Amino acid sequence: MSLTRQDVEKIAHLARLSITDREMPVYVSSLSSIVEVVNELSRVDTANVEPMAHPLVGQHLRLRPDLVTDSDQHEKFQRNAPQVQAGLYLVPRVIE
Amino acid sequence: MLHDLSIGELADRLAARELSSVELTRHFLERIERLNPALNAVITVTAEGALAAAAQADARLAAGERGPLLGIPLIHKDIFCTDGVRTSCGSRMLDNFVAPYDATVVAKLKSAGVVMLGKANMDEFAMGSSNETSFYGPVRNPWDTTKVPGGSSGGSAAASAARLAAFTTGTDTGGSIRQPAALTGITGVKPTYGRVSRYGMIAFASSLDQAGVLARSAADAAAVLKVMAGFDPRDSTSVDAPVPDYPALLDAPLKGLKIGLLREFFDGLEPRNAKLIHDALGVFTALGAETLEVSLPHLPMSVPTYYVVAPAECSSNLSRFDGVRYGYRCDHPKDLTDLYERSRGEGFGAEVKRRIMTGTYVLSAGYFDAYYLKAQRVRRLITDEFRAAFEKVDLLAGPTTPTPAFPIGAKIDDPVTMYLNDIYTIGANLAGLPGVSAPCGLVDGLPVGLQLIGPHFAEAKLLGAAHQYQLATDWHTLRPRGYE
Repeated sequence: MSLTRQDVEKIAHLARLSITDREMPVYVSSLSSIVEVVNELSRVDTANVEPMAHPLVGQHLRLRPDLVTDSDQHEKFQRNAPQVQAGLYLVPRVIE
Repeated sequence: MLHDLSIGELADRLAARELSSVELTRHFLERIERLNPALNAVITVTAEGALAAAAQADARLAAGERGPLLGIPLIHKDIFCTDGVRTSCGSRMLDNFVAPYDATVVAKLKSAGVVMLGKANMDEFAMGSSNETSFYGPVRNPWDTTKVPGGSSGGSAAASAARLAAFTTGTDTGGSIRQPAALTGITGVKPTYGRVSRYGMIAFASSLDQAGVLARSAADAAAVLKVMAGFDPRDSTSVDAPVPDYPALLDAPLKGLKIGLLREFFDGLEPRNAKLIHDALGVFTALGAETLEVSLPHLPMSVPTYYVVAPAECSSNLSRFDGVRYGYRCDHPKDLTDLYERSRGEGFGAEVKRRIMTGTYVLSAGYFDAYYLKAQRVRRLITDEFRAAFEKVDLLAGPTTPTPAFPIGAKIDDPVTMYLNDIYTIGANLAGLPGVSAPCGLVDGLPVGLQLIGPHFAEAKLLGAAHQYQLATDWHTLRPRGYE
């Protein structure tokens, strides 16, 4: 099965990725060949096989007490932010 | 020369005060300065911090403290967050990211007195098998600089092989420690899923990612793994089990050890590589191990399974890069959607975007069952076959890679061909099993790796088998020319 340019445009939008016109043909063809490879899975009989999400059997997600264990370091963390004002992350206006 | 000594020998000299950590650190920093330009293995050198850490290690040694890694210099893969030091993950997206904290792996090694010399180049977000997807350019293989070193821990592998540090750290999601270790003639260990903390290790595929070691021998790797491994409450899938004393267990005799030869790993293997693997198994037999052929019929489905599961998890993990809280932001976004799409479109490289889109596709409405759930079911079949095999044998053996290192540029335009480099390594990740790659010969002057895979938490047995093999052979002592 091969993907069309429209398919790839839709996937790119779902993934919030801008893809240039120059890049597009490469993705259409390489994603099509990847889909071809993963389609081999359909040949495997998996009736009555439970999906496996995690490699270790019997591992359960732990719960911890809901306590504050860290100090407030927002200034340190926000030093990596592209744009900050008064402790807030700035983005283009969303509500007109 | 100092850079050829094992970690144990270096620790002895440091303990005897015949050598200082500052001296040793200067020695490796000089090598990095002189040899790295031809390799591009190290992308950040932290000379000042290294010398300060070395001076501190010397003070601890002077005060009578001893430790297997106290004062030993390393290079971290740039996927591990290092407080106050740029952590790029090989991506333009994080080119300006200075980690505000240490990964658990980094913190553990730091408190053991290890000296960080710098950060190693890698495939962008650990997605690649040749170290050609890095924003910082390809890494070159010290055995032949026209060849790739493998990936994604290609910078770590090249740095260890070229003796730019006593050892390096890496991560392995589909072979990213074992494959580059094989292609650069060093020993790489990928522990059991959950054995080493993933906290502060930038996530690619969370059900597969595992940190490990790239070193020049199994004995060195054992010394490092003992310090790196262990329970971490900050990693939700960290396993709460005691860490064995790996170095103390290296001498377990191989007599009676049952090694299964993975039949599927010899299909399509180049004859000269196959011969080296059979020769290596002959050494194990001579040491008293027993070998028998084992078949895992669903193992060839590892590649399609992996290329659904890993991209799906990657598309989810990498959604955090939004151009808002950290990382690259595009110029003049016209609205919020444009900010997201262009920051990600411009900040991520071609392979990362390809994987995010593959993942988005297999998780999207109408395809989730046919691809994602299907792959999870096949993943269970493969895991069950491994489990059944380990009822008959102690370890499984085969090649690490189908071929030795290939030329830079040979496969980068054909992702599917590139993905097939990991055909022998992916299975262990899907099943969460530990694996080791150890050098077992040369083909056309390029190293070939023997892969050993064990049941969950069998690191001691794997490292012990590799160590016994290295006592009987000297492939792991070969050095690339020009890096002696």
